[in-house]
Amino acid sequence: MRCLVTGGNVKVLGKAVHSLSRIGDELYVEPTEDGLSLRAVNSSRSAYACFLFAPLFFQLYEEGSPDPDGETFRCKVLMKSFLGVFRSLPSLEKTVEKCLISLKPRASRLVVQLHCKYGVTKTHNLSFQECELLQAVFDKELCANALHAPARVLVDAVVHFPVTLAEVTLGVSPAGKVSFRNYLDEETEPSRTMVTELCLSEDEFQDVRIQQQSHVTFCLKEFRGLLSFAESSNLPLNIYFDCPGRPAIFTLSDPLLEVHLVLATLSDPNSSLEVPSTTLRARPANGTFPPAVPDDDFSGDDIDSYMIAMETTCEEGPGLPSSPTFPQRRPHPGAALESESSSLESDQEGAVPGTPPQKKFRSLFFGSVLSQSQAGTHTGPSQDVLAEDSEGES
Amino acid sequence: MPLSTQLETADDQYVLVASLDNVRNLSNILKAIHFKDHATCFATRNGIKVTVENAKCVQANAFIQAGIFQEFIIQEESVMFRINLAVLLDCLTIFGTNSLPGTSTALRMCYRGYGYPLTLFLEEGGVVTVCKINTQEPEETLDFDFCSTNVVNKIILQSEGLREAFAELDMTSEVLQITMSPDKPYFRLSTFGNAGSAHLDYPKDSDLIEAFHCNQTQTNRYKISLLKPSTKALGLSCKVSIRTDNRGFLSLQYMIRNEDGQICFVEYYCCPDEDITDSEL
Repeated sequence: MRCLVTGGNVKVLGKAVHSLSRIGDELYVEPTEDGLSLRAVNSSRSAYACFLFAPLFFQLYEEGSPDPDGETFRCKVLMKSFLGVFRSLPSLEKTVEKCLISLKPRASRLVVQLHCKYGVTKTHNLSFQECELLQAVFDKELCANALHAPARVLVDAVVHFPVTLAEVTLGVSPAGKVSFRNYLDEETEPSRTMVTELCLSEDEFQDVRIQQQSHVTFCLKEFRGLLSFAESSNLPLNIYFDCPGRPAIFTLSDPLLEVHLVLATLSDPNSSLEVPSTTLRARPANGTFPPAVPDDDFSGDDIDSYMIAMETTCEEGPGLPSSPTFPQRRPHPGAALESESSSLESDQEGAVPGTPPQKKFRSLFFGSVLSQSQAGTHTGPSQDVLAEDSEGES
Repeated sequence: MPLSTQLETADDQYVLVASLDNVRNLSNILKAIHFKDHATCFATRNGIKVTVENAKCVQANAFIQAGIFQEFIIQEESVMFRINLAVLLDCLTIFGTNSLPGTSTALRMCYRGYGYPLTLFLEEGGVVTVCKINTQEPEETLDFDFCSTNVVNKIILQSEGLREAFAELDMTSEVLQITMSPDKPYFRLSTFGNAGSAHLDYPKDSDLIEAFHCNQTQTNRYKISLLKPSTKALGLSCKVSIRTDNRGFLSLQYMIRNEDGQICFVEYYCCPDEDITDSEL
């Protein structure tokens, strides 16, 4: 893979890396036909971001020749080292004229070369790890509520919250009321804490589509990271969300750039709107049982496999292998999708119940698609949905 | 200045008296070499040289020539003492480091000789502070024997071009490798850290380079922990001269322009880390 970024786009790229660095410690680099994708996921897997730079974003974009299995090479690098290349945004803007990124699998190096003013060249040879595809599973179309707003409006809204605030609650009502307030967990004494709540009028937004009253709580840090990117690139932000416990999806879209941020939201035990908690399941692959994840977050690209999993579970319900250690609850078929019972022929092994997350946030479901199995055995959309193995967490 | 008239009578008992209208002309340059707490001061008719050393491998010298001072009187051929640099800097900046524009702290520095403290009179806005700092037994400083006739390669460049490079040095690398060559890559700074290697190349015809005299390709490694403190001097300077001699010893000379437009110099010497075998090149 080889790509060349010039002029102001270098700063956009740098900003994107800064924004991704708020999410995770590793940066997943994947050259695709549709452009270069940079992704990150946090360690608890409750936040995921993907920046897809279209080929036209670059002065030159070569995806690179696929390997014999028809797979392009993808890798992950330490976020810290990649961020080091773009650390100083002002100097990036002032001195860097072009940036050449090349992935050299043979030399085991991701080379980032910055051509600066006065003919100075900075070459960073970064070591990388080969990795599987990182893909969060979500579908914004399934979200009941959508907001479309200039970044500025949201920046002005969250600026009122203390920097130390971890989570913020976004609430909407069908009447068109949109509010942000700082989230207080149960331990906090409400009488001793300052609560800030901001109500935004519908007019502030470019579009408000609210089907059901709802309030979701998500992490502010990652959101702020995206907001600062959106503000600097002057792109409006779309927010898609549903009931508490379901992921909130934030997107930016431009002909040259597409950004997705998926944040887990806190589930609310008191909320009547909440979907019943469902069994955690992941399909085994290559004989290993990956860590399980909640399935009520499935959707999107891997909806097929989700449906298959659902189908299988429902049919074989009582015969499911039960986990000796963890309580197992029946999945709620209506939770994810109402109709559309998939009639796909399911030839896979039975779904395996897994561990419910112990933390407050539910993990999002991330399919980790093994490149070989995808290329080798399947022709249609991939059905191998795995939770990624723990390779990167060592 | 009322300060000087008041003290004039006692002046003859001091071997060294130096006054400065703006103390920052001294404190700033001393900050540039403040990477160890102990400094050796060596004064002659030409001015004061302050030396700081570390690990017997690196030496920094700040030269404050007599002309920088409004008054500079020395009774002996040379005066030498050792002093705690951190304390000296604290005293020099006792009125704060950022004085308001238009106001400055005046300094009168007196030393009676061996065994006596260094006395500082600092005055700002009519307030006078007197500081006495105990001096210590002077120690022999290293002689790097860096002789200009043995210099193999020399590059003078605008500090601006190195500032960012030094600020962003990959500190997970143990060494900074400096390559100077009459041919490509001309001037290269390399680090080898956990995340991989990084090279910074300056073409010889770059506008940043004011003079390029390289006779032979030389690649030497220097402990990054020893060189990093020179970033302070780099930050203040406008130009830097980088020289290496036939043994691979490095000399970094920083030209620093003070607030009154006068020129001072800070010099760093550093010995190379080890011999590089051919396979590593």
